[in-house]
Amino acid sequence: MGGSWKIDRERCLRCGACVSVCPADALELTEQGIFWIKERCTFCGICAKMCPAGAIEVKR
Amino acid sequence: MRDVIIVGAGPGGSSVAKELALRGYDVALYEKRQEIGAPKRCGEGLSSSSIERLNLKIPRHCIRENIKGAIVYAPNGKSVEISFDRVVGHILERKMFDKWMAEEAARAGAFVRAKTYIKELLFENGKVCGVRGTFEGEEFEERARVVVGADGVESKIGKMAGLKIRSNPQLMDSGYQYEMANVDLEHRGYLELYFGNSIAPRGYVWIFPKGKDVANVGIGIAGDHDRPAKSYLDDWITTKPGIRKGSILEVNAGGIPVGGFLKNMVTDNFLLVGDAAHQVNPIHGGGIAESITAGRIAASVIDEALQKGDTSARTLDKYNKVWWKERGEKLRKIEKLREVVEEMDDETLNFLASELSGRDLMEFTRGNRLGKLAKILMKKPGLVLLARKLL
Repeated sequence: MGGSWKIDRERCLRCGACVSVCPADALELTEQGIFWIKERCTFCGICAKMCPAGAIEVKR
Repeated sequence: MRDVIIVGAGPGGSSVAKELALRGYDVALYEKRQEIGAPKRCGEGLSSSSIERLNLKIPRHCIRENIKGAIVYAPNGKSVEISFDRVVGHILERKMFDKWMAEEAARAGAFVRAKTYIKELLFENGKVCGVRGTFEGEEFEERARVVVGADGVESKIGKMAGLKIRSNPQLMDSGYQYEMANVDLEHRGYLELYFGNSIAPRGYVWIFPKGKDVANVGIGIAGDHDRPAKSYLDDWITTKPGIRKGSILEVNAGGIPVGGFLKNMVTDNFLLVGDAAHQVNPIHGGGIAESITAGRIAASVIDEALQKGDTSARTLDKYNKVWWKERGEKLRKIEKLREVVEEMDDETLNFLASELSGRDLMEFTRGNRLGKLAKILMKKPGLVLLARKLL
C-alpha cells in the first residue's frame, strides 16, 4: 500500500481532530505539532476530511 | 509512588485532581501545553443550570458575557427566538476558567504542572502502573495506583490502555472558529445559531457573544465532508457584512465528539474522563459540564477503590455504571435526536422553525419533549420514518 501524506504546517492549528479519527493510529499530537507515522498509515484520507483547516492532503 | 496521576488539565482532569486532593490523596495533574486553557478548542458557552447543578463558584474574571437567550435561524432566514427574563448561561474565557479549575486543584493539594508531556503508560504484569513523560527535555517515570486519561479528543493514553476510543468519523464533528472583535452584534447577550445544509452540512454556524462587539464565530460540520469546516465558515462570514468587518483575535479548531459513548471507560488501575471518553452533548457539542460531572463521578469511584485497596477494572467498573445511569442514558437519547436532525433537509428545518417555540428547542437540547418533536414530524407523511426514530 502506498501513497503520499502531506500537512501544511502553516494551516495546521494542532487541534488533534485528525488524530482522533485515524483508524491506523498513524498520527500523534505532540508539542511540536502533528507527528505522522508513515509505517502505519494506510492513506485512507479520513484525517484529511476531518481536518477543520483543510491542512492535510492524502493521495493514494 | 503517587495515589493518582491525571493526564490533561482541562475541566475534567482538574475536577478529578481537586476532588481527590481534597480527600487527602497524593495527586499529580500533568498538562502537555505550556499554558493551561490555551489555545481553546471551544465556543465557551456554559449554562446556568449546569453551573447550579455542579455548584460551581466561578470567579467573575472567567466570565465574559451573560446569556439571556438564543436566536435560531432556519435555512430560509426565519428565526425562532428563545428568550428569558433572567441569565440562563455564560460565555466564559476558557483560558481563565481552565486555569481557575487547575488553581483549585493545586489549592486542594494536587501537584499541577504544565508543559509536561506524557508519552507512555507504564505497565506491570499487563496492568497500568504509572506514566513515562518529559519535562524540560528530561525524561521521567512516575508510578501511581491509578492513572486517569483526561487528555482530550486525541487521547493517546486511552488507546495505550487498550480501550476502544477511536472515533468513527461520522461521530466526530469538525469545528473551526474565529474569536473576532469589532463585529456588529444585533442581539447582545443572545447566542445566534444558523442552520442550513449549504451553510453548515449536518451542523450549524454559531455566534457566541463575549461582550458588545466581541464574539466567537464558529462552525461545526460533519467530519466526513470533502470541504473543510474553515471554508464553509469563511463563505458564510462573507455574506455577513457586520461580521466580515471584524478583526480576528484567535483562530481555533477541533474535533467535537458528537456520540459514540463508550460502554467501557475503565481497565485495571485506569479510567478515562471528558472528550477522551466522548463525554459531550451530541446536539450542541458542549463538553465542559459533562467533563466536570464525569470527573466527579470518577473521583468518588477512585476514592472508594483506593480505600478498598482494589483498583482493578472490576471495582472501577462502578464509574461506567454510575456515569451511564446519570449521564449516558440521557446523552444517548440526545444522540438519537442529532441523528434525526442530521437527516433533515432544508425544507424540513424551515417547517420546524414555523412549528416550534424557543422553549421547545431548548428542551430538545436537554433530551426532553422529544415526543412533541416526533408528533410534529408525523404531520408530514414524508417525515414519518424520521419521527419514528425518535420514539
